[in-house]
Amino acid sequence: MIRDLWYTFTDFLQTFGKLQLFFVRLILNSPSVLLQRGGLVIKQIYNAGALSLAIIMVSGLFVGGVLGLQGFSILSKFNAEDSIGTFAAFSLLKELGPVITALLFAGRAGTALASEIGLMKATDQLSAMEMMAIDPLQRVLVPRFLGGVISMPMLAAVFSVIGLFGAHIVGVNMLGVDQGAFWQQLQATLDMSDVYEGIFKSVVFGIVASLLAVWEGYNAIPTAEGVGRATTRTVVITAIAVLILDFMITALFLE
Amino acid sequence: MSEVSEHLIEIRDLNYSRGHRHIFKDLNVQIPRGQVTAIMGPSGTGKTTLLRLITRQLIPDSGCILVEGIDISTLNQKALYKLRRRFGMLFQNGALLTDISVFENVAFPLREHTRLPNRLIRHIVLTKLHAVGLRGAADMMPTELSGGMARRVALARAMVMDPDILIYDEPFVGLDPISMGVIVRLVRKMNDALGISSILVSHDVQEIATVADCSFLISGGKVAASGSPDELVNTRSELVRQFMHGMADGPVPFHFSAPNYAEQLLGRDAE
Repeated sequence: MIRDLWYTFTDFLQTFGKLQLFFVRLILNSPSVLLQRGGLVIKQIYNAGALSLAIIMVSGLFVGGVLGLQGFSILSKFNAEDSIGTFAAFSLLKELGPVITALLFAGRAGTALASEIGLMKATDQLSAMEMMAIDPLQRVLVPRFLGGVISMPMLAAVFSVIGLFGAHIVGVNMLGVDQGAFWQQLQATLDMSDVYEGIFKSVVFGIVASLLAVWEGYNAIPTAEGVGRATTRTVVITAIAVLILDFMITALFLE
Repeated sequence: MSEVSEHLIEIRDLNYSRGHRHIFKDLNVQIPRGQVTAIMGPSGTGKTTLLRLITRQLIPDSGCILVEGIDISTLNQKALYKLRRRFGMLFQNGALLTDISVFENVAFPLREHTRLPNRLIRHIVLTKLHAVGLRGAADMMPTELSGGMARRVALARAMVMDPDILIYDEPFVGLDPISMGVIVRLVRKMNDALGISSILVSHDVQEIATVADCSFLISGGKVAASGSPDELVNTRSELVRQFMHGMADGPVPFHFSAPNYAEQLLGRDAE
């Protein structure tokens, strides 16, 4: 029993170490891919970013709307419903924007990446590239990783803006909060450092979500079942990693 | 070793195991230059594994593999990639890149490794596609192709860099008789016309007999027999005879090892 736990633990450490090495290899190959294969990276930004836009915008609108409703019902108890803009902006920029975008990103783009790479492995496409003396890392993995890393912060920004718009619709247009107060309060209390925190989080989550998706796809067992399992694992592991990291980064910024 | 060695590929005392299963035990194979060499064997003897070892997609437990006298286990990635450019490999199911068209698939190695102008690339690609009879399919996507067509496109791609060595992994599996005949003729024609060496993994005895110059029969991790296909057909060895004539039972048992049939039906094996 204790021995089993020990093996599980060492197994985990081994995988974690391999993941870090893999990450280093991706980073080391990134500059040359950006210079020589910019077209591939742009294609992947389209795949991971542009194709996720619709789901991000719809989710952002409704999350913002909920913030407007909940914020109004709580804040009106303290006669502070004018602060609804501040309330929504803080929640969106610092937490909901980066976190929910990362979770949606894992569900939409991460699974697509993992299953695509897994299938390429299962159908020998990656071996074929190696046999043609072309490094799959350069041709397949790094462009997809970079595409994810670049699109994630932009998606988070879009999410926050649309969310704020949703809160505005609910708070100002439907519940009658004063529009001037909505924006004035927001401007007075929101600091640039709050924005930076949100950007920092979305960059970190972008790296983590893309890294895990590419890693899971590349290490998938090359069968139909293995690819399916890799896809599921991508979502689960990304979600856990993002939530844990969110806690750690938040604690870091509270200093 | 700088002098040109006699054999194209030489495998010495190769051992390879996966998990607890020994796939090769002290395997020795010499593949001659300029001929079509067939590697045969029952399913599961590791024929494809052997190809992957020769191209160092896998690394042996012990023993060495010499390609033109160079031990490939000593190569770094750069040297290995340089060597691999001289190989063309046809995978079992084609392994075409599914996100680009047939034309781009064949052009892929050219675009990656050369700086040829587009017009020239177009010429080369169309020539190769014409050779496999699929010039008309250049604009199709790989998912639109039938199995036999996909394999012919993959063959065009494998030879687009004019390799010295063409490797075919089970090129005849799952093809209708017409496509099979086309591939058999292509294998032979390319070997002779381009003066290259071909290595072919298969268990289709009839096709091997028409196309191969020499063949190795691998069973139980060793070379069970070698020689020209005719020699193998007329051999005395029980195992070789069973394989070449397709007999159900013999040294290679029809039944996977199992408990006694009668005992099992009577339910006595449970105790």
